[in-house]
Amino acid sequence: MPYDIVVLVKQVPDTAHVTVDTMRADGTVNRGALPTIFNPEDLHALESALELRDRYGGTVTALSMGPPKAADVLRECLYRGADHAILLTDRRAAASDTLATSYILAQAVKAIGKYDFVFAGRQAIDGDTAQVGPQCAEKLGVTQLTYLEELVHVKDNVVRVRRNLGNGWEIVEAPLPVLLTVMDTANKPRPPAARKVLRFKHARVEAEVAAEVKSDSKESSKEEQATEVSRRCEVLRDQGLSIEQWNLDDIGADLERCGLSGSPTKVFRVQSIVLTKEGYTEIAPTEEGARQLIQELVIDRTLG
Amino acid sequence: MNEPNRQGEVWVFAEQEDGVLSDVVLELCGKARQLADELGVKAGAVLPGSDIDGLSQKLIAYGIDHVYVVEDTRLAHFQTSSYSRVVCSLIDKHQPQIVLYGATSLGRDLAPRVASETRAGMTADCTDLEIKDVTDPRTKQVHEKLLLQIRPAFGGNIVATIVNYDWWPQMATVREGVMPMQDPDESRSGATIVEDIELDDSLFPVKLIERCVEPRTVNLKGARVIVAGGGGVGSRDSFKLIHELAGAIGGAVGASRAAVDGGFIGKEHQIGQTGTTVRPALYIAAGISGAVQHRAGMEESAKIIAINTDPDAPIFSVAHYGIVGDMKKVLPMLVSALKERR
Repeated sequence: MPYDIVVLVKQVPDTAHVTVDTMRADGTVNRGALPTIFNPEDLHALESALELRDRYGGTVTALSMGPPKAADVLRECLYRGADHAILLTDRRAAASDTLATSYILAQAVKAIGKYDFVFAGRQAIDGDTAQVGPQCAEKLGVTQLTYLEELVHVKDNVVRVRRNLGNGWEIVEAPLPVLLTVMDTANKPRPPAARKVLRFKHARVEAEVAAEVKSDSKESSKEEQATEVSRRCEVLRDQGLSIEQWNLDDIGADLERCGLSGSPTKVFRVQSIVLTKEGYTEIAPTEEGARQLIQELVIDRTLG
Repeated sequence: MNEPNRQGEVWVFAEQEDGVLSDVVLELCGKARQLADELGVKAGAVLPGSDIDGLSQKLIAYGIDHVYVVEDTRLAHFQTSSYSRVVCSLIDKHQPQIVLYGATSLGRDLAPRVASETRAGMTADCTDLEIKDVTDPRTKQVHEKLLLQIRPAFGGNIVATIVNYDWWPQMATVREGVMPMQDPDESRSGATIVEDIELDDSLFPVKLIERCVEPRTVNLKGARVIVAGGGGVGSRDSFKLIHELAGAIGGAVGASRAAVDGGFIGKEHQIGQTGTTVRPALYIAAGISGAVQHRAGMEESAKIIAINTDPDAPIFSVAHYGIVGDMKKVLPMLVSALKERR
């Protein structure tokens, strides 16, 4: 039986490679100085979604929220075999915390319509909160199955999965629809398919088309540019190369619940803890050094 | 969405498995006690489960005043929907001002679901909590005695302090092992309040088929001294040097993810963001470069000794003593220096 599958993906700054240049003097992060990547565990969520579709049939819709540049990760989804891609982009969604983000994503999933499965990575590497998956499940009113390590099977509208519990595992069953968060140990994401890369590298969201038109035809009037944008978008749609672009109005979002006004948590202070190299006592790698070190640890009572 | 209730209690979610409270709950009891005293309110604990006799008394001994017990055979094993309903109902009824959860697999599954349903703020993986007056920089309004929720973010590169002005309760998960566990006081008195919550069968959609939980065999959290090896150790064979030093010094054996991935040692020894968080009196890191994920799990150690051939390895940024050299040569020297003392 074919299933309707949604996968939530996020473009994130590559926090594993933060250097001195990416930290500002006030301890905040200069996100612009960091390369962006496909959130690692979301790639595993995508793979789980694609495997499920390949096994039982159905469609995979990739959904992301972010600036127009986040269309990059949606193209990556198309390269790997996603059937549809939707970008939720809206300035009014900026500064959303996990509660507001999950509200917006859940509204978007509802707007997609029928779904049997929602997949998401366990957590994103910029926040490491692991909250958006469970919060989305609550907003959708569906069962959540976190820390997916293996989707055993689906039978009679009931899914059986193995969850990683940290100190062990459990196999559980739940009726559809469900939202699953996926661990990086669940699978090995497939590489992009060359044929699909050739095709979908031309896929665009409307905001990207608009930016391209703006730089291509600086002389034209606003109206002429708008006409050109619609024309190009029309062509992309005919070729199946249009990535849908939605805003908060398209998903019927209550604006009070989005962005800053929908976010209970506020960042009060940020301090940099990386690369603030304070001095340490250097000990020579010799027998004398070893003796001296042990001696010091005894004197300061670290060693009893 | 609940308004701030400044008379509200400070709560701990009492995670238990098969009638055993997890260590982080006992750690949180001490913290909740301290926060409650600062705020001049009572400390409470929410204890759902089945066959949980005796746990209430233990929570009280660790600093809790009011234990809210919800007993139901269907609550024997955790599942999100029903546990979430229990916690949300009790929050609704008693309006606590703070709710703390352990940042365990279970806590990180449950807490966001509760936060979503109550539309409260939620901060994951805190490493410290404080009570302070905070001025909202936008409105200049002073919010008295807020919970500062302090956590590493951005891959461990920054420490962010999060507050929640007015969508209460203020909720956070707290990393295991970061709050010191206080000694229990068996003579403390407190109240056990049995709560009756209607739980519809639809709140139990998940059916448990099979479960395999391995008890933690390695007690890293309780160790006073830890000797840890990383990818730089090179092989399972060389990792014996780590075991030897640990034996000589009377410490436990830890490892970085690289050492675990390299197959030098089992995952139960892993320290760091995805392993155990430790804060021993002495931490010796040999052949560990010190990726942020590893540092996040050990940088609170009272004394850190780093041994690495690369003088630019980030581990030195958190070290008190640094030895630039080959651990294969340095560790035996430390072992003999220790033996000389006897």
